[in-house]
Amino acid sequence: MSALDPSQVAGGLVPEPGIGTAGMLPEGGEAFHSGSAWRMIAAVFLENRLAIVGLGMIIFVTLFSFIGPFIYHTQQVFASPNIANQAPSAAHLLGTDALGYDVLGRLMLGGQSSLEIGFAAALIAVGIGVIWGAASGLAGGVIDSIMMRIVDAMLAIPFLFALIVLGAIFNTSIPELIIVIGLVAWLVPARLVRGETLSLRVREYVQAVRVMGGGSRRVLFRHIIPNTVGTIVVNATFQVADAIIAVATLSYLGLGVSAPATNWGGELNTGLNYIFDGYWWTIYPAGVAIVLTVVAFNFVGDAMRDALEVRLQRR
Amino acid sequence: MIGFLVRRVGQAVIVLIGVTIITFILLHLLPGNPIRAILGIRASQQQVEQLTKQYGFNQPLWIQYGVWVNQLLHLNLGYSYKQNELVTTVLAQRIPKTLFLVGSSLVVAIALAIPLGILQSVRRNRPDDYVLTGFSFIFYSMPTFWLGLLLIIFFSGDLGWFPSAAPQDQLSVFSQLNGMVLPIATLSLVTLALFSRYMRSSMLEQSIQDYVRTARAKGVSGRVVLFKHILRNALIPVITLIGLSLGGILSGAVVTESVFNYPGMGLAFYQAAEADDFPMLLGVVVVVAVATVIGNLVADILYAVVDPRIRYT
Repeated sequence: MSALDPSQVAGGLVPEPGIGTAGMLPEGGEAFHSGSAWRMIAAVFLENRLAIVGLGMIIFVTLFSFIGPFIYHTQQVFASPNIANQAPSAAHLLGTDALGYDVLGRLMLGGQSSLEIGFAAALIAVGIGVIWGAASGLAGGVIDSIMMRIVDAMLAIPFLFALIVLGAIFNTSIPELIIVIGLVAWLVPARLVRGETLSLRVREYVQAVRVMGGGSRRVLFRHIIPNTVGTIVVNATFQVADAIIAVATLSYLGLGVSAPATNWGGELNTGLNYIFDGYWWTIYPAGVAIVLTVVAFNFVGDAMRDALEVRLQRR
Repeated sequence: MIGFLVRRVGQAVIVLIGVTIITFILLHLLPGNPIRAILGIRASQQQVEQLTKQYGFNQPLWIQYGVWVNQLLHLNLGYSYKQNELVTTVLAQRIPKTLFLVGSSLVVAIALAIPLGILQSVRRNRPDDYVLTGFSFIFYSMPTFWLGLLLIIFFSGDLGWFPSAAPQDQLSVFSQLNGMVLPIATLSLVTLALFSRYMRSSMLEQSIQDYVRTARAKGVSGRVVLFKHILRNALIPVITLIGLSLGGILSGAVVTESVFNYPGMGLAFYQAAEADDFPMLLGVVVVVAVATVIGNLVADILYAVVDPRIRYT
């Protein structure tokens, strides 16, 4: 055969006329089909058993808190001190607390407020943090330095200290709690997003947008922020976990919401007084609820971080 | 190195100035007139004016700020009207106790976290790794006060091994050491969970580096590779992370001290919050913020000492 025969060129890997590249699949079976990036991330995420457990627990707690009261009717508005501190019974599945409220009902109500505050505070924190961090990273130079020094200065005051000071200054109602936690928690996402922005703004596609005449706002909202979504979502999950613990701690210290509204931490406030009296139902259930919910969010956040971590996928 | 030091210390100073500004702003966000807080509701207008001038509250804000910073530099953190004492005096008594609690908890946590982290990284994804990871998650997700409550119930109530309240006196801390066991355990368990996770992931990051592969290819024994190469490199970022988590540990100390009634700075802070004692509150905030900034600075400098690569960033 002459050297120009197509089947002899390049080891035979030449597209046949009329068939094209269709017949050129390698023999070794199908190569790894990754699909879109999101599908790959979801696949790694779902492989992690802890993540599924975490998701399940979050769904369970949400249903328990919000749908539960429709199934298990209790009265949560008026205190009934005459039936305070009763052991679990048929009427009150987990007994009554120091003010006479049904503990299980309290758990559900507390779950509602914990989850609401957790999510809302995390949303605010991430919202402010993303905009501040991305703007700072994109601006660069002196503005970036100033904005980050402000973040550093506020970060120097530890989370709980800032919360307690703000909690002592402002009244304690649910919206104000949300704002207070959000005002302190936005610092970490801001730092993270600024770091990501710094590394993203030198990418070719961002420079291409600039060359095409795109302004800063376009670059910010249509290119940089969408590409930091992974980090943001992971951080937001951890923010919810932290916010739930923060609310619980504040409530335990007496700076949270006041009766008849409740919170898991607030329930434990009175529990301390009855430790040695053996009223276990005033102490364990609320704490277990907190731990389960926070652990669930930590599992999910950890799994998402692993799924997005490129290096881990190489192993 | 000198350039790095200068830059880093300069940053810290700027952050400290920022902290004083923020605390000053908080001081002025406070509800109500501080003069009314001293004099009470029935004070006459003349008394209010006289005291305002005396304390300098009628001067422009930046002058007040300057006066306040001057006070700070002379270690005068203000006067607590509720306790009728200088904030500095009260804190001088309380801080050593908190230092003792936080210091011992840190030592315990680090001493346990490093071996646990190494163990977890070596036996990665085996049952003991999963179990230890599970415990880390659970302890990390627990609110500190609940952990304290549980420890009290179990060790103090059921077993009676340790008392439930911490020693109050200055000197009795050392004579009643068993009263310190539960508070230190509470604080260190939560930090231990965090630090062992850091250690584990840092060790894992190092173990996939090329130099490890080279060492193993050279025939270096597994144990030597682990302790001489991986461990040393893995400890470096963990040091920084430990330095950065100082703020969180102080926060934990506040809760721990309030659960165990330990008369440290944290409990003073909590009591001040309950009593609306704002000078005390902000005095503690300044102290804690300064401690955090210095902690970060020391961690960064230590990192630069150990890892020459970052001296040039």
